[in-house]
Amino acid sequence: MTQNKTLDISENDIKKTIALAGNPNVGKSTIFNALTGLNQHTGNWTGKTVSNAIGKYTYNNRTFEIVDLPGTYSLFAGSAEEEVARDYIENGNPDAVIIVCDATCLERNLNLALQIINISNRVILCVNLMDEAEKKGILIDCDELSMQLGCEVVSVIARSEKGLDTLKAKTEEVCDSPPQKFLRKIDFSGCSTEEERTVKYVSASEEIATKCVSFNKAHYDKRDRILDRLFTSRLTGIPIMLLLLGGIFWLTIVGANYPSEMLSKLFNFLQIYISSFFDYINAPLWLSGILVDGVYKTVTWVVSVMLPPMAIFFPLFTLLEDFGYLPRVAFNLDKFFRKSGADGKAALTMCMGFGCNACGVIGCRIISSPRERIIAMLTNSFVPCNGRFPTLIAIITMFLIGGVSSSVGNSLLCALVLLLVIVLGVVITLLASRFLSKTILKGESTCFALELPPYRRPQIGKVIVRSILDRTLFVLGRAVTVAVPAGAIIWIFANINIGNSTLINTVSSFLDPFASMIGLDGIILLAFILGFPANEIVFPIILMAYLSQGSLTEYESLSQLHDLLLANGWTVTTAICTMLFSLCHFPCSTTMISIYKETKSKKYTAIAFLLPLCIGILICFVTKNILSLVL
Amino acid sequence: MNNEAVYLWDLSVGDKAKVQNIETSDFIKRRMLDMGLIKGTYIEVLQKSPAGDPVAYFIRGAVIALRDEDTKKILVEKV
Repeated sequence: MTQNKTLDISENDIKKTIALAGNPNVGKSTIFNALTGLNQHTGNWTGKTVSNAIGKYTYNNRTFEIVDLPGTYSLFAGSAEEEVARDYIENGNPDAVIIVCDATCLERNLNLALQIINISNRVILCVNLMDEAEKKGILIDCDELSMQLGCEVVSVIARSEKGLDTLKAKTEEVCDSPPQKFLRKIDFSGCSTEEERTVKYVSASEEIATKCVSFNKAHYDKRDRILDRLFTSRLTGIPIMLLLLGGIFWLTIVGANYPSEMLSKLFNFLQIYISSFFDYINAPLWLSGILVDGVYKTVTWVVSVMLPPMAIFFPLFTLLEDFGYLPRVAFNLDKFFRKSGADGKAALTMCMGFGCNACGVIGCRIISSPRERIIAMLTNSFVPCNGRFPTLIAIITMFLIGGVSSSVGNSLLCALVLLLVIVLGVVITLLASRFLSKTILKGESTCFALELPPYRRPQIGKVIVRSILDRTLFVLGRAVTVAVPAGAIIWIFANINIGNSTLINTVSSFLDPFASMIGLDGIILLAFILGFPANEIVFPIILMAYLSQGSLTEYESLSQLHDLLLANGWTVTTAICTMLFSLCHFPCSTTMISIYKETKSKKYTAIAFLLPLCIGILICFVTKNILSLVL
Repeated sequence: MNNEAVYLWDLSVGDKAKVQNIETSDFIKRRMLDMGLIKGTYIEVLQKSPAGDPVAYFIRGAVIALRDEDTKKILVEKV
């Protein structure tokens, strides 16, 4: 760098825009996060960049805005993500494009790199995962690569942030320089078909890789193949998958118990002071009612019940994701999903649904065929999201495993029952997909080419921080936002009298006849309806409603809740039907909005609402009647 | 070049082969091409999924899972 930039203030003021492109699973998001830190616009679902996340970093007192494009294998094969990426590179006028490549698999990555080079004139190739490559005995000659491609090449180890400064320096240099003259543009003369053009790209990639990459270990991927045999073989694939999932649930249940209790004790303790403050300022009774008994109680319940399990579940799940396990789940389950007329990648979006159904719905963009994509979106809510786990866990603990003692045996049993509920959710997902593909979304499933990326040692520290910031606080924040008005509304419902009964009683007794047909009661059904903005608040609403009528005013532990529910007529049948209805009812409003935005179809949005609701009503009705014969 | 052409689907785990022709529809072919699967590409059969389909293949340094219905249309010769 010869030019002196610090003197040229007017130039320094101009913001530079950089596009970040690359194949999926090459650590693109890691680089994006490492460059921008927390300066990001969208709370995108980590690792699954589906819309353009935008972040900023400062280098030499200048602002660089960086646009994280969706990970794709190509720019021209016509999937939604590829169109987004290509459109931005061609029409978004970025000042430069950083192409992220995986050093362990450079040749395949070069295909996309050459396509991007063909339509840009300022490019930096960033070869990531150099440490992994070194471990596998793969050597990359970056100087030769730079010669071959005609652009800057920077080698990077994003996870330990090595090479990022060089990347920033080169990026600035490229932005300020004239367009690169020697970029390797492919000559398409003589090519008449798209296929011939693609073959040219692939052949050029092969030629460059031969010159720049050398392999020094014959079986460099031995460890990956052994792990694959363990995780995906006929004998061990599915059992290990269930064990891993069950293990995560068990750790969540065991680990969340104690902090949940501590939090609710703390909040109850604080409530005394808050109440006396309201007394002190002589606040009217209705005001302290709405704010303390309504808003405060609901919010603190949501926080103390949801925060601990999420703070355990999300990091554990993210670790599995970081490790590279999720594509193996899609590999294991593809056949089952395909038999149902869905796509194997629906197994991945289903896994995302465990975190948040709205995120799962958006994640469906990874499914390339529109028919399968819609099926996956419409059936995503059949797996319980994090807003529903706490409800399920609480009900299982109280009613189905007899007692609330926190022994290891009990918690294992609890995890097992939860796993069964989830397996049931998966089975319903498959049956509903099959139903859809036989009726309104007829058709055969199409191509499936799923990459099984190398396993990577997860970065435990970063995973915990990121999953708590990105996911836990994101979901919790949303829940609290909804819980505040909901708490107020519920209090008003429970304290406004029409004639000689409260509004909540009037409405719930109106719902009672129908609700009892499906094993619930009016309050539970009302809670699901009021909980439409967020499933998290369904259980708190049920409790609030019961509390407002009854004798209990303080609740500290599950056994007290158990007594409360029993006093309000809950039986094992009620518990089972509530769990089933929680598994199958209309998706929350955020998910509905996502489905509408993704499908742009009122019809499919309506089906997304009605399908799980009808299935839920049917299942609950049948279950209730069977149980009434047995019990 | 003295091996007879078979479909990728016919191979067993551990077999290695060279692609001769892809006989699928254009859409699927595009996807295959983007994975670097063109005439002359070397492929190794790595691993079957629990249901036996799809199967994982080693293609140009990456592990790619393909379905039976597609591998029944990829003509290869064993090497």
